[in-house]
Amino acid sequence: MTIQSNSLSDRTGMIKHKLFLGFTFFEILMLSVLFLYSQMTVTTRNRNKVPAKRELVKLLKLTDLSLWTEARYTRHPSQADVFTAFQDFPSSFEHFPAGSIIGPESITMSTTINPGRP
Amino acid sequence: MRHLKILEYALSSLLRRKYRNISLIAVYALTIGILASVLFLTYSLKLEATRILIDAPDIIIQRLSAGRHDLIPSEYAGTIRDIPGVGSAEPRYWGYYYDSLSHSNYTLIGIDTNLPGLSLLEGRMPSDAGECAIGAGVGQARIVGPGDTLTLLNSRDTGVEFHITGTFRSESNILTNDLVVMTKKDLLHFFDLPADRSTDIAVTVHNPDEIATIAGKIKKAYPDTRPITKSEIIRTYDAVFNWRSGMMLTVFSSALIAFCILAWDKATGISAEEKHEIGILKAIGWDTADILELKFWEGIVVSLTSFLLGLLAAFIHVFFLNATILSPVIKGWSVLFPSFRLTPYIDIYQIFVLAFLTIIPYVASTIIPSWKTAITDPENVMRS
Amino acid sequence: MESLIWTENVTKIYNPRKPDEIRALEDASLNIEKGEVVVLKGPSGSGKTTLLSLIGCMGRPTSGRIVVDGKDVAKLPERFLTLIRRRTFGFIFQQFNLIRNVSVLENVLLPLYPVEISFADMRGRGEKILEDLGISDKMQMKVNKLSGGEQQRVAIARALINGPEIIIADEPTAHLDRKLSTDLLRILEDLNITGKTIVIATHDPFVYDHPFIKRIVEMRDGRIQDIKLTVTLKTGEEGQRR
Repeated sequence: MTIQSNSLSDRTGMIKHKLFLGFTFFEILMLSVLFLYSQMTVTTRNRNKVPAKRELVKLLKLTDLSLWTEARYTRHPSQADVFTAFQDFPSSFEHFPAGSIIGPESITMSTTINPGRP
Repeated sequence: MRHLKILEYALSSLLRRKYRNISLIAVYALTIGILASVLFLTYSLKLEATRILIDAPDIIIQRLSAGRHDLIPSEYAGTIRDIPGVGSAEPRYWGYYYDSLSHSNYTLIGIDTNLPGLSLLEGRMPSDAGECAIGAGVGQARIVGPGDTLTLLNSRDTGVEFHITGTFRSESNILTNDLVVMTKKDLLHFFDLPADRSTDIAVTVHNPDEIATIAGKIKKAYPDTRPITKSEIIRTYDAVFNWRSGMMLTVFSSALIAFCILAWDKATGISAEEKHEIGILKAIGWDTADILELKFWEGIVVSLTSFLLGLLAAFIHVFFLNATILSPVIKGWSVLFPSFRLTPYIDIYQIFVLAFLTIIPYVASTIIPSWKTAITDPENVMRS
Repeated sequence: MESLIWTENVTKIYNPRKPDEIRALEDASLNIEKGEVVVLKGPSGSGKTTLLSLIGCMGRPTSGRIVVDGKDVAKLPERFLTLIRRRTFGFIFQQFNLIRNVSVLENVLLPLYPVEISFADMRGRGEKILEDLGISDKMQMKVNKLSGGEQQRVAIARALINGPEIIIADEPTAHLDRKLSTDLLRILEDLNITGKTIVIATHDPFVYDHPFIKRIVEMRDGRIQDIKLTVTLKTGEEGQRR
């Protein structure tokens, strides 16, 4: 008497490699299609939507995205001044989760304390 | 042909521990999916920011007082305008407003009354006193729209009514979500700001190559100011979503630590059953290279499948489902957070780096523990 | 008759120069001719398994020469050794050493996976061998669900799948009852009739007393003590021969 095993490998014989390669190919194909879609969408949106947003930025003289509105330095990170990352005092902890995304900006034209300066 | 056969055997081997390997793939794909989602989201936002903020003012002049941001005399604009190379220098009037009704912060902007309409504005810009245009987030928070009245409390704790003449379209949410645009006069009056002061000054420059030089001249002319150039504005957003900092680093670190634990667990040794199986294979004619190829395929099947599934899931999650799972994390404590359809900017380099960091270590942690056994003579099988 | 395997002063030491050093085999010299059935007889620890594994290219001797089918295998690089092992030898292990939870067919085909033949050819060979051994109806069953005798046949099928010249069996009757032992020996005898050379390591008298055994190599304490012919060879010579 033969006991039929009903595992997938037995029923499909030696085609597991074909199934795997086929599935992988399908995944790569899907990703390629999505990538092509992304390229097309980027081109379309750049053509249709970006100019309007740029117009808005120019007219209202905007400098920042309206993403995080918890605090001055999260709402306008590009305008944040030297000490703002620390809010009330330099060693205070970060108040807002968004602050963990925004690191302190590098100091270029800002006021600096230079003890050696006469 | 023999490579396909060894792959076949590798798949059989993985299917023998079906539930374990499927769970492994599921968890691994989820990890990669989250990482890839963060990568896609941050890259998309970064590129969006850098592309649309390209028309931001060339230089913003802030005034600092006792190390803190202070209002700037509007007359500074006149002197700045006279610097050779400067195209225009216009004072900006804006500030923040905390709305206790909705517990959210708005950004109030005061504009000249003769501004043209915008394609992203439904209605018109405010042209008279008592008028305003609002962002979609403000409209949702206060449940108001064009034609309605928005009441805000001014600095004298008096309610001021503004007739809403326009609402910014949702496509512009990323820029306008929390905005309330009114006339310059209304803003000065609302915040009780001195007439001769402004929030800061926006400067345009004829030659972009001279921006840094002109900023230096302005700084010299007014040492109490802080010029912020456009490149710094753009660089801010480059850095905000930089994968080396902030949230990305936290997420990556956690995933990396989890992965190291997994790899260490695998690398500390293979089971006696696996060793015995390798011994048998060697005894019946598989050489070291065949065994290592078998382990390679076992590693590739799991890691490549996880990677591709994770990537697919991340793409769909971020660009079709608007990152619904991640947005609470990104949103943080913001009451107003823009709903926006992310543009699918994809950085192929990042994808390759992710592939490299997820596939190679896993495959290595599958091959390396088997190495010692694979190179051992099979006579030990006879002796066991 | 041509010599198929010969060993000259083969010694095998495990963990040399260490406190747990084992001198498993010393100065073993042996000549096996094509078509012979040779038994390595001796108690546990006599070195018979070690000699068997060295003859079967499963390991290298510490010193001495081993020539298989004209090739000095003691110094060959691993991949050539593997090729010889795969093409020339079929192994039947004491504990069968089948892979659990894998089907009969897959177990039998294992030696063919790293070989450049198609899936269809491979499968065809496997099915034929299983049919010849009378277990083709159990092809898709997991080996751990088979009886001892059936597993033995699977092990034999796996040993034969590459069409080897030499069958190596290490204590093949250790876990078998009398009936199954008889079946096994009958199969080995049939294989010998087709021209295969058989080398068996055993301390089971049921095996070494069997009429089809042509020569017995007695071993003790890692050394060959005696070599006896049990049948008259075709040339008519009798007596001891090294």
